[in-house]
Amino acid sequence: MIRNPQLNANGELTHLLTLEGLPADVIRSILDTADPFVSIAEREVKKVPLLRGKAVFNLFFENSTRTRTTFEIAAKRLSADVINLNIGASSTSKGETLLDTVDNLVAMDADIFVVRHSQSGAPHLIAHHLNAHGRSHVHVVNAGDGRHAHPTQGLLDLYTIRHYKKAFHELTVAIVGDVLHSRVARSLIHGLTTLGTPEVRVIGPKTLMPAKVEAMGVRVFHDMREGLRGCDVVVMLRLQSERMKGALLPSPGEFFKNYGLTQEKLALAKADAIVMHPGPMNRGVEIDSPVADGERSVILPQVTFGIAVRMAVMSIIAGN
Amino acid sequence: MKIEIANGRLIDPANRVDRVASLYIADGKVAAIGAAPSGWRADRVVDARGLVVAPGLIDLSARLREPGLEYKATLESEMAAAVAGGVTSLACPPDTDPALDEPGLVEMLKHRARSLNLAHVYPIGALTVQLQGTALTEMGQLSAAGCVAFSQADVALLDTDLLWRAMQYASTFGYRLWLRPIDPHIGRTGVAHDGEVATRLGLPGIPTSAETIALSTILTLVRESGVRVHLCRLSAAESVAMVRAAKKEGLPITCDVAVHHLHLSDVDIGWFDSNTRMVPPLRTTRDRAALRAGVADGTIDLVCSDHAPVDDDGKQVPFGEAEPGVTGLELLLPLTIKWANEDGIELSSALAKITSEPAKVIGVAAGDLAVGQAADVCIFDPSAWWKVERGALSSQGKNTPFLGLEVQGRVRYTLVGGKIVHEIDA
Repeated sequence: MIRNPQLNANGELTHLLTLEGLPADVIRSILDTADPFVSIAEREVKKVPLLRGKAVFNLFFENSTRTRTTFEIAAKRLSADVINLNIGASSTSKGETLLDTVDNLVAMDADIFVVRHSQSGAPHLIAHHLNAHGRSHVHVVNAGDGRHAHPTQGLLDLYTIRHYKKAFHELTVAIVGDVLHSRVARSLIHGLTTLGTPEVRVIGPKTLMPAKVEAMGVRVFHDMREGLRGCDVVVMLRLQSERMKGALLPSPGEFFKNYGLTQEKLALAKADAIVMHPGPMNRGVEIDSPVADGERSVILPQVTFGIAVRMAVMSIIAGN
Repeated sequence: MKIEIANGRLIDPANRVDRVASLYIADGKVAAIGAAPSGWRADRVVDARGLVVAPGLIDLSARLREPGLEYKATLESEMAAAVAGGVTSLACPPDTDPALDEPGLVEMLKHRARSLNLAHVYPIGALTVQLQGTALTEMGQLSAAGCVAFSQADVALLDTDLLWRAMQYASTFGYRLWLRPIDPHIGRTGVAHDGEVATRLGLPGIPTSAETIALSTILTLVRESGVRVHLCRLSAAESVAMVRAAKKEGLPITCDVAVHHLHLSDVDIGWFDSNTRMVPPLRTTRDRAALRAGVADGTIDLVCSDHAPVDDDGKQVPFGEAEPGVTGLELLLPLTIKWANEDGIELSSALAKITSEPAKVIGVAAGDLAVGQAADVCIFDPSAWWKVERGALSSQGKNTPFLGLEVQGRVRYTLVGGKIVHEIDA
């Protein structure tokens, strides 16, 4: 497994597992491919035949409504057949292993697996298994694995930033909140640094910062006001409810006081700074409603772009 | 049966021997070295020219998976792996199912091992009933049944009062305690060293403090009680420094490291290679350097395989769900040689770490080739390369991060009690 497992021998994308290690050209070409798909949504007939006759299996071992739905819409707009499988945690209790499940679905002639799993690295395991068993024509798209990666979210975040801000090499981007548990943060950090963003900041309490996160090429701030100063883009992360009280944080109220995004704190960023959030939002915990609904929020366009980006990813890997 | 091992390079670290000499074996014991005893007529002559003739290796931690875990490995497969790796004595941790906490289980294991007539097996008894950390086992009966030491294997002890009492009780009767420093709280949900790699891969981390806090607790209680403790499987630079200072202070401790920790770091996790999932976790290259230096200067007394065969079902799952463990009996020798070669350590000094030093900790008369000793011998070709592949391993466990690696040092003959129990052609 020395070669980047998501690229084939020609350097073309065959799986999308993480943004880490993807060449900037590959990332740019995904964003460029997404451009025309955005306008498809504005047409009367919102379909193209790129994946006609292909079967996309949404393989969700962890619950998700939004991500699964956007993948489903993206695949349907590409004319693919979509099969949704919410496997949850019950499959292992029935005795079937992850790879047994995959083998069974391959036997049903799956072309693309869209995988979400609570364990970091599960999509890598599946991709490696397919490659090792001569089934590299079956593609894997990581739809979020543990704390590791959420590459299509990272790509849609990049697409959104590029849409509003153009040049990555002039930007200061702040990512705020629970970085420790966030696959969204990790994927965005890799994407931004690969595309040459000179300053990526992470802001949060020490309990929600992973060890040696600076090694990913970010500056760490614990004071949100200081961290927001001069930012072009502010990305708020979702705080899972089970982490709001306990050893990591005393209460959601105290978190909001220190790290919730309010109009007053946003005023420290640049005047034209945009506000992003991967959703679903906890209003009053990580973000104040006037900000979420304000004119600088691009949270809903993110969702729209997400469909186009996922169409781009699936059409590219299916062609390689 | 009289066996003459002719003209090999005899390395016997305990007796400071390193020269070309023939070894004469009769009645299961070393009969003479260099010159044949009078009236010598060998039943068999082994041509050992170009080979190293060393004491049989002693592995302080090798799981045979019996009783109860036979789907991972059996006594037959793992005892074959032991002698294929030149290991003639091994201690097996109590983390079986059920745990080795009753004399009957220990006697059965010893009986099964003896009937195979391969390596000597020294069971390590459970320190607490079912390794649950609440009540001491009957250490007297377990010792009588053959336990050479007592441990909690990889199970952290929640109750430090019980640890203290266990030390007092064990020292009353001179029982040995082998303890692995693991904090029961910090890093308990972790699966990899809490550093750059775990952060990048999104794996829950195990900080170094999970080891150093427990180590500090053990050292404090050793200072208090004067009990002799063997510390198992250090993984961090800070731990090596603490042990070095404690030894300087004069505390009665010894310690070991698993051989794979001398070669790998968390970077080797790569793209979630579940064969690198182990306890303690692989730490940074800085830690690895400190462990190597610790073995070289004697802070770490010995090296073991920490053999833990895991079946494919236990490894072909996402990293965090994978069962920890590395198969290692057959790699103990080549990986020790690799360390010696890379760090410029004399072969004799390196072999001491897997022969005479572990013999002292177990407290058995083995690990050297003095005249009159039982003839447990490992004869290997120090320059032969071989590739670590599934098919090349006798162990039922194929779970090693070294798969695909070419290693140097190939065992040609293994003798236990003067009998050739393993033999391969050049």
